[in-house]
Amino acid sequence: MFLLTSFKAIVLVGIFGRLASLQINESSKYKSLADKNRFRERKIAPPRGIIEDYFGNEIASNAKIYQLHITPEISNDVNALLFRLKNILNLSSKKIALLQKQIAKKKSWDTTIISDNLTWSEFSRVNLFLHELQGAQPVVSIARFYKDNSSAHAIGYVSEISPNDLRTKKYLKDLNIEGVEIGKTGLESSLDEQMLGSPGYLRYEVNAYGKKIKQVATNTGLKGKTFRTTLDQNIQKISTEALEGVSGAVCVMDIYNGDIISMVSSPNFNPNSFVHGVNKDEWRGLSENIDKPMLNKAVSGLYPPGSTIKTLTALSALENDIFNPNQLIQCKGYIDLHGERFHCWKKKGHGILSMRNAIKRSCDVYFYEVARKLGIDRLSVTAEKFGLGRKILTNFKEEKAGTVPNTKWKLNQIGKNWYIGETLHSGIGQGYFLSTPIQLCLMTAQLANGGFKIKPRMLVNENNEINNLQKYLNYKKENPNDPDTIDQQIVNFSLEPLFRNQENINFVKEAMFAASNEAGGTSYRSRHNDKKFMFAGKTGSSQIRRFTAEEREAEVKQTEITYLERDHAWFVAFAPVQDPKYAISVLVEHGGSGSSAAAPIAKKVIKKVIERHETRTSQTKQQIVEDI
Amino acid sequence: MMLNRNSLHTPFAIRDKVFDLDFTLLISILLLGVISMFAQYSSSGGQFDYHAKSHAIRFVVFFFFFLAVSFINIRFWNDYSLLIFILLILLLVVVKFFGVQSQGSRRWINLFVFNLQPSELMKVGIILFLSNYYHKISSSDVNKFKYLFYPLIALLIPFMLVLSQPDLGTAILILISGVVITWLSGVKWKIFAYLSGLVIVLAPVAISFLKPYQKSRILTFLNPDSDPLGAGYQIIQSKIAVGSGGLFGKGFLNGSQAYLNFLPEKHTDFIFTLYSEEFGFLGSVFMVFLYFLITFRITQIGNVTRSIFGKLYCYGFATAFFVYVAVNMSMVLGLLPIVGAPLPILSYGGSSMLAMMFGLGIVMSCNVYKNNTVS
Repeated sequence: MFLLTSFKAIVLVGIFGRLASLQINESSKYKSLADKNRFRERKIAPPRGIIEDYFGNEIASNAKIYQLHITPEISNDVNALLFRLKNILNLSSKKIALLQKQIAKKKSWDTTIISDNLTWSEFSRVNLFLHELQGAQPVVSIARFYKDNSSAHAIGYVSEISPNDLRTKKYLKDLNIEGVEIGKTGLESSLDEQMLGSPGYLRYEVNAYGKKIKQVATNTGLKGKTFRTTLDQNIQKISTEALEGVSGAVCVMDIYNGDIISMVSSPNFNPNSFVHGVNKDEWRGLSENIDKPMLNKAVSGLYPPGSTIKTLTALSALENDIFNPNQLIQCKGYIDLHGERFHCWKKKGHGILSMRNAIKRSCDVYFYEVARKLGIDRLSVTAEKFGLGRKILTNFKEEKAGTVPNTKWKLNQIGKNWYIGETLHSGIGQGYFLSTPIQLCLMTAQLANGGFKIKPRMLVNENNEINNLQKYLNYKKENPNDPDTIDQQIVNFSLEPLFRNQENINFVKEAMFAASNEAGGTSYRSRHNDKKFMFAGKTGSSQIRRFTAEEREAEVKQTEITYLERDHAWFVAFAPVQDPKYAISVLVEHGGSGSSAAAPIAKKVIKKVIERHETRTSQTKQQIVEDI
Repeated sequence: MMLNRNSLHTPFAIRDKVFDLDFTLLISILLLGVISMFAQYSSSGGQFDYHAKSHAIRFVVFFFFFLAVSFINIRFWNDYSLLIFILLILLLVVVKFFGVQSQGSRRWINLFVFNLQPSELMKVGIILFLSNYYHKISSSDVNKFKYLFYPLIALLIPFMLVLSQPDLGTAILILISGVVITWLSGVKWKIFAYLSGLVIVLAPVAISFLKPYQKSRILTFLNPDSDPLGAGYQIIQSKIAVGSGGLFGKGFLNGSQAYLNFLPEKHTDFIFTLYSEEFGFLGSVFMVFLYFLITFRITQIGNVTRSIFGKLYCYGFATAFFVYVAVNMSMVLGLLPIVGAPLPILSYGGSSMLAMMFGLGIVMSCNVYKNNTVS
């Protein structure tokens, strides 16, 4: 009996002990487990941040979209419902079969999205028949919307998360929102994390089978951050129009603060197509197009800079005291060096010319001689100083660095010694040189602003502060007779000069003026006569294929060879000549020559840029700061 | 053999006998009955119509049955215990061949009004029979082989019948009830040790006869997290429910685990989990106390009743009752494998309720007729 009682006591203690351990010691653990059982959370995407242009126009906005969801549980007969919807929305049998498969996989109370982007007429048709469509729910939601395609490359597009995104983008790991779209390219990609905002959630109670019992809490989350860019949507449109029908890019930059006013690549694509999943045919059309519409040529297209580099070749030679600008050289159409013949683009030759005329008429022979004396290493130092061979934008993943070759680079990358012949080719921007349109735009801007370093930017920063260069400029305007030398000003305003002697910069600028505005200049035919729009520019063409001796003899024209073998056409310029404010670079793939293909496009864009200068500057700092 | 008419039927005698009832036991049973109705009400998600209603009706009906049994002389129960036992064996045989099958086991007889589960009644029947058996033989004969043989057979027949239904839980409980009585009557430890040894030797053979679901239950008990959505699900969810109840519980009708159906079998085997989730540690301790009080009172009655039959029956039933409670609670608290053992009075189920009330009724009869000797 005693044994039995003690046995009972032990069991009793055991049960009490277990109860205490479960309900007192580990209670909080089990409480959270019970809540985990009980609650399900569905994260909901907050409205994505908006991307505006400099004037507050929305480039990437959020628009209402109309969706149709169905919940099989509410419907009497899902297949009948699908059949009805098939007729109303003209869905294909394939799509219906796909939906049936999706529905079969889910629980009957889970909703399935029939269509995530109905047109208004489809949506109203569904609403009209709604009384006989039990189980169907029309839903109004919001999604990314791009008003036009002109900024498709600069802004980029959003699309659904891919497995690769989840692997590479850390911030997506905790996000886990069904149906959220994330930025894939352009600013949409680089600003993605901030534009996503913080997700909200719907918390609801579920039973053991996962059926929703009731909604417990909602949190709408925090709207993503809105960004104001330096782009001007009007100019984006003009640039796009100017590039109509050709493959190429246009970049426009404020030469003092580095604002990128326009960045356009052609042909473009419709970014809206990607928001709800691009269809196969459209994707094939885009990916098989030889003009590569998906490529942002302004930052990822790599092309030899061609004759546009002559500005830097000349500057480098002058800065290094290798050449006197007045030195005359005779161009016979070619020169021979160590038994190799180097041709000028002009078969007959330019005759005797000075450096200014060599830039104006873009003589190759003159710059062969300059380059030969200068050497590749000194040229590469100048080119790098002006922004070539490196990424110049912050956090723009498509951007490519390009190449500025020198002896060391060749030894490291190719494993061979540098030949003097390569120096000659490099001096006229052929050979190993590779650059992007945005780099050449920056180069031109930094020449145009008097040789000062600027940092290109696509976003208006929150304080919209003016930089030292602008301060110096304002000071100069107010005190035109200040006796301080430029060297003194550099110290006063802590400027970052890219020159040793500013005279050399001015010489190059003047030569560019001549190239555009004096008879015989390479871009003379595209000039503006109105002083307000007058620009100074340099043409260029990057060679795709060297002509054979026979072709050269026969003077084969670019328009006579196959499209893909034609030279790329370049034009870089700054305007207005009197008081430079903007720099532009234009690239036309396989355009033939810069003067005929690229300069006319620049002419159109420059006019619009200058016309809008007033509007842009009247947008005061205060307004922008308040708007943001 | 004869009923004592005087003590049973005269109104005067009944009034006398009413005061001989053990009121502590009576009130404890009533209290448990009331709690059980609330628990069943909660198990149906706050509806009376579903489980709570029939449970309440059963409790009331069987409570009167309990009172009726209490007022029948203890001699009657002694005299008829063999008959009752044989009747129950016959019922088990009937179940074996004509029973109602449900979820893979054959446990019930369809009586049209309700399905009777004879194995539940056998839990009391075996105690009744063995008490009677050891009452009859002299205490010096208890350890003789001949007198060991009968109880062993009497125990193994219902055990095997129930095991083959299959119903491992009830079979074990019947076995335990029988063993307890045998031991209380003075059978030596040694004999139990030999038999246990034999069982251990035969265990691997027995295990090969277990149904797959029974094997998996034992395996999951050893490691419930190995298969959280399969067999371990019940244990895990039960522990979550109890643990999340905390010190004071979530409140009546607020048990999320039960209400949202995470808890399996919440109206039968896991009714204590539901109660514990809603009333917390304090409520659970109170309930354990209540059960312990009942066991204690039964033992007390065993102490005061004069007949060997009564004493053996009370001690045996007290221990068996305690074991039922302990097995059920240990099971839902994850201390024992899930074997399917209802919690007396609280669990939904007519046969279990009938058996318990019948068993308690005989205990009460032992108290009412404590001074009667049994031939």
